[in-house]
Amino acid sequence: MNLPPPPPPLGLLAELTHRCPLRCPYCSNPVELSRASAELDAETWGRVFREAAALGVLQLHLSGGEPAARRDLPEIVAHAARAGLYSNLITSGVLLDTARLKALAAAGLDHVQLSVQDAEEGSADRIGGLRGGHVRKLAFAEAVQAADLPLTLNAVVHRQNLDRLPALIDLALHLGAGRLEVAHVQYYGWALRNRDALLPSRAQLEAATETVTAAREALRGRLVIDYVVPDYYARRPKACMGGWGRSFIAVSPAGRALPCHAAESLPGFDFPNVRDASLAEIWAHSEAFQRYRGTSWMPEPCRACDHRERDWGGCRCQAFALTGDAANTDPACALSPHHHLLDLAVRDAAIAGADFTYREMPRIPSEA
Amino acid sequence: MIAPTAIPRFARGMRLREDAARARWVVVGPERLFVPDEIALEILRLLDGSRSVDAIVDDLAARFDAPREAIAADVTTLLDDLLAKGVVTA
Repeated sequence: MNLPPPPPPLGLLAELTHRCPLRCPYCSNPVELSRASAELDAETWGRVFREAAALGVLQLHLSGGEPAARRDLPEIVAHAARAGLYSNLITSGVLLDTARLKALAAAGLDHVQLSVQDAEEGSADRIGGLRGGHVRKLAFAEAVQAADLPLTLNAVVHRQNLDRLPALIDLALHLGAGRLEVAHVQYYGWALRNRDALLPSRAQLEAATETVTAAREALRGRLVIDYVVPDYYARRPKACMGGWGRSFIAVSPAGRALPCHAAESLPGFDFPNVRDASLAEIWAHSEAFQRYRGTSWMPEPCRACDHRERDWGGCRCQAFALTGDAANTDPACALSPHHHLLDLAVRDAAIAGADFTYREMPRIPSEA
Repeated sequence: MIAPTAIPRFARGMRLREDAARARWVVVGPERLFVPDEIALEILRLLDGSRSVDAIVDDLAARFDAPREAIAADVTTLLDDLLAKGVVTA
């Protein structure tokens, strides 16, 4: 099949490592984590960044795991700056002191996105699985201010912290963030294992939506708040990654190029590796990026739907996690024959406990 | 509404840059991308941290054949919108 060349990608997510001192039960890394020995070196990342920029990528997200678990992070940031990419460091903040942060700023870092697990210390440390973590994050945010770097606060929200959303908004203001990302947990991988402990109730969700609406109005010009209604209470799915292979490339610590950072857990794929092929070749020609690109792969009810070029069928990982087939319509869509599965999950979670299965590295070393 | 004497500048982390692959200029920021139209681009190019809104309007009025009031209205509307979105500060 000869498709026209796809429009160039806008964003690159570089997952520099899966190592992380935190153990969040909703971590977006795959359940099979990569070891340090499998990670791409800084030189290879530099080549990938140059290829990305030449291809049309503008924004680079340096993520993990905890990207600062890599000692060569300043070198990697310098490669990004030289390639002309806008670099955003997505960090837990617990491994970076003022000196290391200054080195990153000097290397050309454009922006810092700091995650917090809650506004309340005890709960934040319990959710992140790291005692003392929250206090270190607050100190890190001060260092970001001192380094004169722009800051986004990222709060992943769920049943066990959503009631403190007003306090999270206050925290963002207090820490000098220009932007707050209120991100509902996406339920695949680790988060799917913990869904019963994390899914919010409809009442919580409605209160949160009201809080955000009021805060946006009151804080206009001071704090930008990004907030999206979670899938489990939506009627239409989200255009996951802006559509498969349409605007975004993720590269895993071991070099696998993915249309979405969670796609590695989908079976039946041979994801191309940046060690073996250029990003341009991967983007235009790899089977993995073409499989769910556009609309020709779509089943009913997507195939004939007016929304098919708006939501692109939703999330492939969620379709696989809930229906066992990644090529199904995302069950978040009310038109999906599997939509009732979301209601059942909400009902189960309403009577479930609060214990987590924390993210852990494998005890037996794996190949990648 | 932004005052005529205010000095608008890009907010921290926001940059106007060329997007060569798509033959256009864009404003990039964290998880954000704005594509200015021709008029907006002319205005954004004048945000240098020293020009006031008035000075920007004067500059554009001298270069383009349009009534000063019309240009002032365009500039104010654009900057107010970008202030609300956190792209610009003043």
